Amino acid sequence: MTRLSRYRILLPVLSLAILLAATFWMQPRAMSYFGLNLLFNLAVPIALATIAQMMIIMVNDIDLSLGAFVSLVACVTATFLHDTPLLGLAILAALILTYAALGAMIHALDLPAIVVTLGMSFIWGGIALFILPSPGGASPGWLRSLMTIKPPMIPMAIVAAITIAALTHLLIMRSGIGTVLRGVGGNARSVARAGWPVIRLKALAYGLAGLFGVLAGMALVGLTTSADANIALRYTLLSIAGVILGGGEFIGGKVSPVGAVIGALTLTLAASFLSFLRLSPDWQIGAQGAILILVLTARLIFSRRGAEA
Amino acid sequence: MILLRKPWIWSWAAAALTFALTIALTSGRGGSELAYAALSFGAFAAIVGLGQMLVITLGPGNVDLSIPATMTLSATLALKVMASEPGTAFLGLVIALAVGFGAGLANFALIFLLRLPPIIATLAASLIYQSLAIWSNRGLRIKPPEPLADFATGRFLGLPNVAWVGLTLAVAVWIILERSVWGRWLLATGQNMRAARLAGVPVERVRATTYVTVATFAGLAGYLLASFSGGAALNMGAEYLLMSIAVVVIGGSSIAGGDSNVPGVWGAALFMFLVVSMLNSYGAGAGVRNVLTGTIVIAIVIAASTRRLRP
Repeated sequence: MTRLSRYRILLPVLSLAILLAATFWMQPRAMSYFGLNLLFNLAVPIALATIAQMMIIMVNDIDLSLGAFVSLVACVTATFLHDTPLLGLAILAALILTYAALGAMIHALDLPAIVVTLGMSFIWGGIALFILPSPGGASPGWLRSLMTIKPPMIPMAIVAAITIAALTHLLIMRSGIGTVLRGVGGNARSVARAGWPVIRLKALAYGLAGLFGVLAGMALVGLTTSADANIALRYTLLSIAGVILGGGEFIGGKVSPVGAVIGALTLTLAASFLSFLRLSPDWQIGAQGAILILVLTARLIFSRRGAEA
Repeated sequence: MILLRKPWIWSWAAAALTFALTIALTSGRGGSELAYAALSFGAFAAIVGLGQMLVITLGPGNVDLSIPATMTLSATLALKVMASEPGTAFLGLVIALAVGFGAGLANFALIFLLRLPPIIATLAASLIYQSLAIWSNRGLRIKPPEPLADFATGRFLGLPNVAWVGLTLAVAVWIILERSVWGRWLLATGQNMRAARLAGVPVERVRATTYVTVATFAGLAGYLLASFSGGAALNMGAEYLLMSIAVVVIGGSSIAGGDSNVPGVWGAALFMFLVVSMLNSYGAGAGVRNVLTGTIVIAIVIAASTRRLRP
């Protein structure tokens, strides 16, 4: 098992390393403090969103509303949190609680998460349109300076990615509650038989997803300095792809926070790499799909080797 | 009373209720126009919904996220080949269906050969189809040939032609599901893939035909939608991703697979259109409309689940 889990993390690391090497080879100037920051800047909100998605996938569900949710958070951040910080914080806290309540409801009524979150994506999107009918708003000053901080030696985006990965790794892989949460995805019934209230655990997992979704939206506004209702819609698919690229699986509570962050970095880098290739813009989206397929094919070979070993 | 136990009755009841609420506002005027529009627009949702229903019937984890991209790709390629020339409608149809067929084969190849989860496989494939569509389209807006456009917007015996296509397809799918060996195989696979395989059902062949069928339906829907709306656009399929899944679930099919429901898909397709037009006629803005649509979808899922718990 330890052997297999080591293989699991190796592949995301390798694909990121290969892509990074290819990028440096194409564009040696990217190999600098400034270049790295530019390459990975937008990875921070994507990494946070991927962690959020991972929390849901960890308990065997899937969240199709994450992109709309992050967009809504961005809208709240750029308006309420900027103008009336207290009210803004209250709204964001309420959003996290709503997520937790959704998790409890999905478990209690045994609802299909894919459909509930589909419906929620309409609701989040509707509220976001209500708050910001046209693009606008402004980032709170502290958030802007936090996101553009320049630590010595290592660029902010890398520091942030490592921090996110380390914290979530401790929470999900090392702590007691994290193990139980993964157990809900592995075998919810046995977790229940062991005396754990599964409904509260699911609420916790969804609440954590809400928390990281909120952080993703705030980080995004800190980078872009304004928001609109559709700003992060593509995060839904990006986050799912990031979790899977990072070695996670849709069922069984098999997830990896470090892998998820690396998956998000890989996806972000793939976009930059393709623009360095001077690929016709027509093919950029398609090439991202091809990279996704390529990495997953590599994973197939890896997991077969892992099974044989 | 037997009727009330049918899972599809709820989507039709909901459609009827929203229809009545909309008509109530105009005190009865415009009823037939509204019904006609619902049947026209509902037809596209129903066609892709029927395909999505077959895939979802295959069991947990099976879903086709490439429907919008397949619709766009087959529509752009078909319109390009037809080049607005009259008399090419049939050729265009063949192209659209062939593109759908090919996309379905490609999707299944990814799922089967690379053992990717269908969600990821169809998602990654859809990115490639989207690129192909962008590349072949180049922002041109080619008009469909005149006779084809007339057909797509025309009517026969009072019903829109596209609705006739959708209804014929629904009847065909219903017969195949309920009366053919393949349909039984599909349901068996969805209920328990392992048991079905042990019972001698050619599970992989069933899955392959299902993924090809959904993509071919998407190709047909794209072809009709482009002819209906006067040309293909790159975002023409966008709303049909959520729509196709929503109509399946609202229509009373089980999201866990193995239990599908053809009449419900049509009821839900009409309902989804009628909700939006109801909210429009009550003067709701885009934001309110979205919030209410989402709330209604979730409310229906909850209602369906309490019905299930209370046998």
